[in-house]
Amino acid sequence: MSKMVPIPSAGLVPERDLNKTPVLEARNLGIDFGGLTAVDSFNLTIAPTEIAGLIGPNGAGKTTVFNLLTKVYQPTRGTILLDGRDTAGMNTIQVNKAGIARTFQNIRLFDKLTVEDNVKIGLHNHTKYTMWEGILRMPRYWKEERAAHDEAMDLLGIFGMQDLADHQAGSLPYGAQRRLEIVRALATRPKLLLLDEPAAGMNPSETAELMENIRKIRDTFQIAVMLIEHDMSLVMGICEGIAVLNYGKIIAKGTPQEIQSNPEVIEAYLGKRKEAGR
Amino acid sequence: MRQNRKVAAPSLAERLGGIKKTTRTDFLTYLGVTIVFLVMLSLQGQGMLTNSLSGQLVPICCYIVMAVSLNLVVGVSGELSLGHAGFMSVGAFTGVIAAQSLQTAIPAAGLRLLAAILVGVVFAAAAGVIIGVPVLRLRGDYLAIVTLAFGEIIKELINCLIVGWDERGLHILFNIKGTMSVNDLGLSENGIAIIKGAQGATITRISSFPAGYLLIMVTLIVVLNLMRSRSGRAIMAVRDNRIAAEATGISVMKYKLMAFVVSAALAGGAGALYGLNFSTLVSSKFDFNTSILVLVFVVLGGIGNIWGSVISAAVLTVLPELLREFDTYRMLVYAIVLILVMLVTNNEWLRQLPERVRARLAERKGGERP
Repeated sequence: MSKMVPIPSAGLVPERDLNKTPVLEARNLGIDFGGLTAVDSFNLTIAPTEIAGLIGPNGAGKTTVFNLLTKVYQPTRGTILLDGRDTAGMNTIQVNKAGIARTFQNIRLFDKLTVEDNVKIGLHNHTKYTMWEGILRMPRYWKEERAAHDEAMDLLGIFGMQDLADHQAGSLPYGAQRRLEIVRALATRPKLLLLDEPAAGMNPSETAELMENIRKIRDTFQIAVMLIEHDMSLVMGICEGIAVLNYGKIIAKGTPQEIQSNPEVIEAYLGKRKEAGR
Repeated sequence: MRQNRKVAAPSLAERLGGIKKTTRTDFLTYLGVTIVFLVMLSLQGQGMLTNSLSGQLVPICCYIVMAVSLNLVVGVSGELSLGHAGFMSVGAFTGVIAAQSLQTAIPAAGLRLLAAILVGVVFAAAAGVIIGVPVLRLRGDYLAIVTLAFGEIIKELINCLIVGWDERGLHILFNIKGTMSVNDLGLSENGIAIIKGAQGATITRISSFPAGYLLIMVTLIVVLNLMRSRSGRAIMAVRDNRIAAEATGISVMKYKLMAFVVSAALAGGAGALYGLNFSTLVSSKFDFNTSILVLVFVVLGGIGNIWGSVISAAVLTVLPELLREFDTYRMLVYAIVLILVMLVTNNEWLRQLPERVRARLAERKGGERP
């Protein structure tokens, strides 16, 4: 399905088509909060249609990495190349326009607005008419609004959520809110979609469905997806490349099989075996 | 059911049901305002209104515009502004200056009023930009404090203003030391003094109730259409979740400022209409109490609820007049009414009443069907 050509892993995430410019390349990325180094020497490459996973124990700095990539935090060190373009000096808004969209670990929807409006806000920068054209309801308003409505409905269709379009986003059940966040992020037409614990609070059958949908999204939109997740069935099931973070540093990269058998990863999650000590 | 619909022409209720709920609410708001306006106008024409109520018609219109425009900031944009009367003041005095100095240039009162309102709108919008750019970087309580201070500063500044007009143009003096008077303007024989410092402005009254109605309609159209547009959605997105809005590519400052400036501009229009409804006007009319009064309209009408603002502004402006028979207890009764309204609107049982009635009706309808 994917256009990726698996090549022998060079210790990078992902195994990727080396002929293409990676959609994301982080070089030596790091951030300090006061004296505390939260993330350090973070190197990562993601191919244009890759599904990558970022895992690690609690407090390892996974969400901090997302915040660095989306410029919620400005990195202390390092470079982020998006589609080969340096994102230095960009803010969150510009990074989104350049092609990174994200969801949040603690859901951040526009609670008081309808589901449809949430998606239309995602389409904001692709709906082109001015404030005055909106107030005076000029022809372009009607044309663009109709297009936005159709596109919003199509996007909601990915998760079969068209029926919920008129519901208030804050009143949706937890799982639907998570799905809506993904739809809203997709609406900004990203090249790279960052999902922060998309399966949190979902039961196994919902998780399996989500897994299918993430794959469907990648195949339909031909975009890269990077996800933080604690549910190993999801991570091992769909990620083509995985990076493991512990204490702000990448301790392992590779395919799901490689990660599962990596002793350092096992140690980070389960602790050191007594007899394995030096 | 679907086949039936093709044959029978849909009833009005059905047709309205097909339209989006927000569109229906907006339409009913316009309709309601228009009906009330026509009723009041015909009552006034037949002399059936008391003098005091008749004199209140234009101020009611102004307060409705004030409440709706403040709701754009407080309800839609989610920022607490306590200086809304300041923008009304800017609009009122610039509008009055424009109307008074255009007396010979535009003899028709209606056109002159329109020009004055436009001048008020432009100056209030400019004040909105000047205040908004630095102030909107603040959040919550700090924003409230700074806007409050702004309202007071505007009041004091206008207190120092001496303005006159003659055939050579406008003469403006800034009476900071309090030693100057109208004589220092050096007006020619045909000149007129417009604003005399703390004594306020002398005005030829040109405001009318129909003009007030039109201003309300324009305000409603601007605010409601803005809310239902791309920009309005962005404003509400910033209100609901700032971080998510930025991550979705929406500029927080731009849309906060947009709501603030549009709101200020509309308040300026209301100010111009208000100012030209009286023969004298002093700047202390637009003090902190006025800002709070308008905020009370917004809160009682429902934050973010536009038609609620219209109704509460109208009712609460008339109420003190109607309570005149309570004489000294007037303000006490007013306060009790405010508390009751708050209790009622926050009561779960009462708030769900319409829904329960609807459900009961639907049940009954369903039961009658074979």
